[in-house]
Amino acid sequence: MRAMLIAFLAMAVIAVAADLALDYSGFATAEVTAGPAVRN
Amino acid sequence: MTVLRLPMLTILAALLLLAAPAAAQQGAGSEADSPRAATGGAQTLEDILARQRGERVDDRFRREAVGDPAQAAGIRMQLGTLGGASDAEVFRALRYGGADVTVSAKGHASEIIIQDGGMRWLEWRKGPLREWGGWLRGGVVGLLALFLLLRGPIRIDGGRTGETILRFNALERFGHWLLAGSFILLAISGLITLFGRPLLIPLLGKDAFAPIALASKWVHNNVAWAFMLAVVWVFVFWIVHNIPNRADLVWMAKGGGLFMRGSHPPARKFNAGQKIIFWVVVILGISISASGLSLLFPFELPMFAKTFEILNALGISQALGFGELPAQLSPHEEMQYAQLWHSIVAFVFIAIIIAHIYLGSIGMEGAFDAMESGEVDRQWAREHHSIWFEEETGEPAHPAHEAPPAAE
Repeated sequence: MRAMLIAFLAMAVIAVAADLALDYSGFATAEVTAGPAVRN
Repeated sequence: MTVLRLPMLTILAALLLLAAPAAAQQGAGSEADSPRAATGGAQTLEDILARQRGERVDDRFRREAVGDPAQAAGIRMQLGTLGGASDAEVFRALRYGGADVTVSAKGHASEIIIQDGGMRWLEWRKGPLREWGGWLRGGVVGLLALFLLLRGPIRIDGGRTGETILRFNALERFGHWLLAGSFILLAISGLITLFGRPLLIPLLGKDAFAPIALASKWVHNNVAWAFMLAVVWVFVFWIVHNIPNRADLVWMAKGGGLFMRGSHPPARKFNAGQKIIFWVVVILGISISASGLSLLFPFELPMFAKTFEILNALGISQALGFGELPAQLSPHEEMQYAQLWHSIVAFVFIAIIIAHIYLGSIGMEGAFDAMESGEVDRQWAREHHSIWFEEETGEPAHPAHEAPPAAE
């Protein structure tokens, strides 16, 4: 059961890390698609 | 001679005069026979019928009718402000990609304002995809319920001994649960995305559905990375145990012992059914990851035009009755094919995994232990993985004083 819980925790960590990493690397949808005419 | 020449010239002239209207009439006749004469160059009934028959229609009459600014009336003249192209002609130019477009949005393909063919994708997504996918899931659940009703759970025939043997170590179980957990989250969030509008909005309302849709999108986009890592993980850990061998044929011939009580065909660490699940997970996992990456990074990873080109060249699409697949796709079409393929693979994947979850839980006594603690009852191991049990323990799976199962 411990392996299962650790795996679920790892899944959450990977998901949050992926979100932050992609956002930081400029892959956020707003950054990719919004032109300069769009207000922040 | 001069006397004769004049009448001859007169006759010749008369013939020419008679022939000219005939030729003119013939010319007018061919124009009148033109299929577009009656519609002033627009589409004809034959075009519509041909399209309904699924035939390709030459649409140059429409594609090329986009106006001409050079022919515009002077600005002070009547209709001069139209600029040489009517609204319909401007929309045609947008539809067929001939318009000079400037957009403030950046990103790929943002200058494509109208995508011809997008409705076909939308109709397919709204119709057959949801219907067939729903029936597939429902069908599998129904069949399993029927199987449970008729066969009941597969029990440990010899009873539990209370002694266990390690079947999966912690790293193997970690990989399995990483894959299982991410798969279930991706399946649920994907189904919410596909069925949210027709099923959940009428049930919950738009205000309540909005945060659910947003959360589903976040989960689907980000948990996907855990899934991809887990596919690689289980592949590396279990590939060596999933190479097909002769014992698999025996196992398959006996239906894995699933349909007859007391039947336990010999198997190594993984039986043929589990090997099928393994290869399905690996192949569908790679395929769904590829289309998923294409969707995660829109327009960056087009793959269907190239795939169709290869399928055409190998003659596979023709052999399957699909004919020549389009080898040139617009950026949006690439995304639409990626979305459809992603969903089709997902439905097949979900159906197979439902069966796997059934057999790993309520369908077979003692099976869940293998992934819970990693330890399985020795009698369970003897019955379901006899060759593996003998290799691990050095003991015979069926001691001399015990009769081997009758069906073997």
